[in-house]
Amino acid sequence: MPATVDAEGFLTDPAQWDEGLAEEIAHENGIPELTPRHWQVLRYMRETYLTTGSAPTIRTLGKASGVPIKELYELFPKGPAKLAAKVAGIPKPRGCI
Amino acid sequence: MSRVVILGGGTGGTLMANRLRRRTDPAEVRITVVDQDDRHVYQPGLLFVPFGLMEPGELVRPRHRQLRPGVAFLRSAVDRVALEDRAVHLADGTLLPYDVLVVASGADLRPEETEGLTGPGWGERTFTFYSVEGATALARALGAFDGGRLVVDLVDMPIKCPVAPLEFAFLADWHLTRRGIRRRTEITYVTPLDSAFTKPTCARALSGLLTRKGVRLVTEFNAGEVDGRAGTLTSYDGRTVPFDLLVSVPLHAGAPFVGRSEGLGDELDFVRVDPATLQSRARPEVFAIGDATDVPTSKAGSVAHFQGEVLTENVLRFLDGRPLEPGYDGHANCFIETGHRKALLIDFNYDVEPLPGRFPGPVGPLPLLRESRLNHAGKLAFTWMYWNVLLPGRDMPGIDARMSMAGKRPLAPAGA
Ligand SMILES: Cc1cc2nc3c(=O)[nH]c(=O)nc-3n(C[C@H](O)[C@H](O)[C@H](O)COP(=O)(O)OP(=O)(O)OC[C@H]3O[C@@H](n4cnc5c(N)ncnc54)[C@H](O)[C@@H]3O)c2cc1C
Repeated sequence: MPATVDAEGFLTDPAQWDEGLAEEIAHENGIPELTPRHWQVLRYMRETYLTTGSAPTIRTLGKASGVPIKELYELFPKGPAKLAAKVAGIPKPRGCI
Repeated sequence: MSRVVILGGGTGGTLMANRLRRRTDPAEVRITVVDQDDRHVYQPGLLFVPFGLMEPGELVRPRHRQLRPGVAFLRSAVDRVALEDRAVHLADGTLLPYDVLVVASGADLRPEETEGLTGPGWGERTFTFYSVEGATALARALGAFDGGRLVVDLVDMPIKCPVAPLEFAFLADWHLTRRGIRRRTEITYVTPLDSAFTKPTCARALSGLLTRKGVRLVTEFNAGEVDGRAGTLTSYDGRTVPFDLLVSVPLHAGAPFVGRSEGLGDELDFVRVDPATLQSRARPEVFAIGDATDVPTSKAGSVAHFQGEVLTENVLRFLDGRPLEPGYDGHANCFIETGHRKALLIDFNYDVEPLPGRFPGPVGPLPLLRESRLNHAGKLAFTWMYWNVLLPGRDMPGIDARMSMAGKRPLAPAGA
């Protein structure tokens, strides 16, 4: 079954995600290869989303994923929080109010 | 005898203590408020200080004077809460046991978490108006400012009163215009969000205003470093915004003691609570109110007020052993000062975005999401309401804790 995405390319159902799909999304978004450091972030993202219902912000990622913000920008260029969410197959971070 | 301990004597802690006191018998319920100092600051007034529209001295009153008779005030810093023992450890080593705990310790500024922000130039060229000292120093600097690049940067969400940095930009435009140096000044608003504000309906109205006032908008900018000497603000992805004067809204977090209290808070030291009952996710006898919570709504005095109504009910229910009421809907209500003695009003909750229309109120309907002088009058009247209605824990006539749809115009569904 093909995965369904929203207008910006985020999976609409996180359950459709698997590691192969993550690689595919990563390639499409200019990340040639997912390294163990990428996976550390991706696993943290999914875990947080699945337990709390919202995607972590860049600042929470920097504090709690074990990967500092500077490196997050190297791994997921431009907008790490958004791009990592996309690759991790969870909805776009809404940002707090 | 039940012991209710409230940590923090700011907006939320004060109004909770007063509401609970009115509804309980002092012979049955003892209420203690703990705060590290006795200076209650009317924080919404800080926005006006840099422009000389309010004096710092006008904003401060003794905390203990805002509490009803029968509420004990304990001046001490909290070191941590031992949830298992149901006791608060104070900084001087005293142990304060409780039957019900209300965490009302607000949000803390963490400017030192942004590289360079508190380094050279802090208080000279780089400022914040989010503290009394900061706003006072900025008033001096702005008074001496003679044109150049004024940059307002919101480092990251969440912050107290998310509209305040935009209000600052609007007021700066007005202030500099009146002083005749607006044309010599470039105002830039820098935000990590992808538009001027988090809520789409509101973002549209507010970006329109920024454009009209000639304020440049830089979006998706995550400030990683400030160089106060060179006058540059640099993002993690390597973009640079130069400034002559930087007004920063620094990173926020919950009170550090929350982080030291095993199980109480999240990664940013905000207390994890159920968004509808405000009960802690860790313990049934622990609750939180105001900026200290992790609930997804604005951190604002109006929020603490609406939460206070629901939380008073829930603390009483808890003491009686009755089920809690899931009564808080995320209701927030904010005036947005736009300069030239005008303001906008927004009213929203967890599910409903700020909508246009008219807000019914005791003094007549106020226009929603639209600039008007009436709203500006409302913003100024809020000072009086704060000390005389909010803090004493009285209900605001005609304004319910739950958001009402009366007067609001629902938007046409997207694509229609
Ligand atoms: C510039 C600015 C403009 C604003 N404008 C508006 C506005 O227009 N409208 C609006 O509704 N809201 C506005 N707000 C927000 C509003 O002021 C806050 O949301 C509100 O005060 C929150 O109340 P609180 O009780 O949660 O926290 P606070 O009122 O900040 O109280 C927290 C208390 O906890 C105490 N505390 C913390 N740690 C400890 C410790 N370890 N030991 C002992 N005590 C401790 C502190 O001393 C403090 O007194 C504004 C805020 C700012 C900064």
